[in-house]
Amino acid sequence: MRNKIFIIFGFILFIFCFIVFYKGLQKPNVYSPELNQKKSISSFVSLDFYSNEKVLSDDIFKKGNYYLVNIWSSWCVPCRTEHPFLTRLKNSKINLVGINYKDNINNAKAFLNELGNPYSKILSDKDGVISIELGAYGVPETFLINKEKVIIKKIIGPINNESYKEILNLIK
Amino acid sequence: MIYNYIGSFSIIISLLLSIFIFLKIFLELKNLSQFSNINLKQLIFFQFFFVLVGFISLLVLFINSEFGNITVFNNSHTTKPMFYKISGLWGNHEGSLLLWMLILTSINLVYFLTSNSRSINERLVTLIFQQIIIFGFLIFLIFTSNPFSEVFPIPKEGLGLNPILQDPILAIHPPVLYIGYVSTSIIFSSSLSSIILGNVNSSWAGHIKKWIIGTWIFLTGGILLGSIWAYYELGWGGFWFWDPVENISLMPWISLTALLHCILVLNKRSALGSWSIILSITTFTLSICGTFLVRSGILNSVHTFANDPERGLYILLFLFFIIFMSLIIYFFYEEKLNFSNKSFGLITKESHILINNWFLMYFLSVILIGTVYPIFLEVIANQKISVGPPFFNKLIIPFLIPFLIFMSIGPNLAWIKSKKFEKKFILFLFLIINLILSYLILNLIGKTQLTSILLLAASFYLFFISFKDLLKKGHKNPSQVISHFGFSLLILSIILNALFSKEIITNLKVGEQVQFKNNKIIFKRIDVSSETNYEKITGLFIIKNQKNISEQFLPEIRIYNQPQVITSEAFIKTSIFKDRFLVINPIKDKTYFNVRYQEKPLMIWIWISTILIIIGGSINFLKNEK
Repeated sequence: MRNKIFIIFGFILFIFCFIVFYKGLQKPNVYSPELNQKKSISSFVSLDFYSNEKVLSDDIFKKGNYYLVNIWSSWCVPCRTEHPFLTRLKNSKINLVGINYKDNINNAKAFLNELGNPYSKILSDKDGVISIELGAYGVPETFLINKEKVIIKKIIGPINNESYKEILNLIK
Repeated sequence: MIYNYIGSFSIIISLLLSIFIFLKIFLELKNLSQFSNINLKQLIFFQFFFVLVGFISLLVLFINSEFGNITVFNNSHTTKPMFYKISGLWGNHEGSLLLWMLILTSINLVYFLTSNSRSINERLVTLIFQQIIIFGFLIFLIFTSNPFSEVFPIPKEGLGLNPILQDPILAIHPPVLYIGYVSTSIIFSSSLSSIILGNVNSSWAGHIKKWIIGTWIFLTGGILLGSIWAYYELGWGGFWFWDPVENISLMPWISLTALLHCILVLNKRSALGSWSIILSITTFTLSICGTFLVRSGILNSVHTFANDPERGLYILLFLFFIIFMSLIIYFFYEEKLNFSNKSFGLITKESHILINNWFLMYFLSVILIGTVYPIFLEVIANQKISVGPPFFNKLIIPFLIPFLIFMSIGPNLAWIKSKKFEKKFILFLFLIINLILSYLILNLIGKTQLTSILLLAASFYLFFISFKDLLKKGHKNPSQVISHFGFSLLILSIILNALFSKEIITNLKVGEQVQFKNNKIIFKRIDVSSETNYEKITGLFIIKNQKNISEQFLPEIRIYNQPQVITSEAFIKTSIFKDRFLVINPIKDKTYFNVRYQEKPLMIWIWISTILIIIGGSINFLKNEK
């Protein structure tokens, strides 16, 4: 008796698998790469750079403000070249959020002491997961987020004079 | 063009031969006496011969770059080096299926020629199942993926071979892996035949053992080659990514490894018979399942050649037919197997092999679920997900710890049974020493989680114990000792590699530099040059260490013209202790490059240890018993 139930059960499972695979074949499976621009910023949890406490991204990014998310690191040389632009942007009406990417905390602090801290908020990204989630290639990289929390501009590599002007234009 | 016809016809002839052999065996089985002389050698040889003719015709078409043939047109180009013109044959769906057939028919011949010691019934029934498989695949080849279809009008140029497949290791990876995959069919057919005839016994185990070990060697070798290729060609900086296709090759390997151990028990102790049969069926089913998942395009991966639902449907039907047939045969005849339910004591080699078998089955099911779950989820809930390393790591690592410990103790059971206190004490002492050792190592890098300590300790334990066995003189079983030592070395290298790998990813342009630990990575310049079938951008990087010794790294970006594809060639410096790996990718306007530099300790030992595992297997394979 038990053997029969076992066989019937196995048979149903068997048919079920067949149907699933059959259906699976009909589905198109060309994955389109996700568009990183014009996409609202995803929610994530991270640690505050100074206090090491948990921070929710929804508490940082609020509607009605422009945000510039800058991924940086003390070991990254191009980050130094873009630093003056960040410092200049600090004085405009934009909130600078730094993401400290795969860095040693002491080196990072020394970096900020030497060059100044342009950010209103810094998050640590020790293992690089948040940067991946944002769709970053590497450091430095910068995302501009508009009042609707949508990423409207992505700058790969350091900010230069051109991209600096573009940012100012976009947040007018 | 004549080769197109020769090829088509020879394949059709071997299909007809398949039907003929099948019928002939069927008729002979009816009036069979033990002494009847079967005259199948010629037929089986000719079946192989005609597939070989088909294969050679396609080869000639590739060598001559005759683009009137669809397979050549799609996968070759006049500017390609000769070596890749040839390997292009199996760098695509149709051609590789023809290679598959060539191997299938040739091992069929090899089986027939080497199984003289077995009863005629067993050989014939095995051949019936083999012919069902050959027939199924030939129909698939001819009707859904005929490599000899023509293109008219004849194009002047071909479309070229996917550049990431233009690589010497990848040219030999498919044949080696296929030999492994395809040989599982003999194990499958032979085990079905022996269950039908009721001779699942020690002597059958002794016979099929050679096939199992041989298959296992090729499967291991094929996986190793694929892994080496992925390491330096894909530029992802690892050797295993839990990519669906990698998983698919790993699943039959795991089940075959379990079978390999079971068959020894069946051979020596006449136990675990029906379990061995189940494993034989599973191994072959997983091999075809792999073919289905890869060839139908149901999964996306580097191995997906074409998305053709028709092909997928055919293999799906064939796969389910095979599973269904074998399950029915198994349930119908299983009761007739009379194995006295011998129970072995808890502390015996057999019970340890069984325990490790269950662990292997657990790993197998984790991998199976991880691989097919996305398909199920997409069909049922219309969600797209991809199952990645965290899933596998979480589910596999905790169970790896007891697995390794059982594996260390298993071959040394005489020690536990022995009355002498000191031998038990030594085993125990080893464990404590290893726990302390791994704690100290992990303390160095500040990763002292309990699981990492236990895992590292368990792998050290296996390593030292198998090393001790290796040093012992007068091995009864050198192949086991070497393979187990190789495996322990493999696990240890993988774990240390994962723990101590360091990497930096950044965007740089020429002239910039970046500090990484004690090294300074300087991006000096780029050179552009032209090769026969691609443009080459070589980056010159200097890496200075703290002693100011500088070394050059020359990663490449290749822009192939036919088809237009960009690939990155990593530059790897290998040493005994670590590999240093640098790969660049262009970003948008090509002023910035995404630079990834990694230090991966003990990489070379991962390859060496796998080769050791293969050597261990080969010793057993070549050993002449009795």
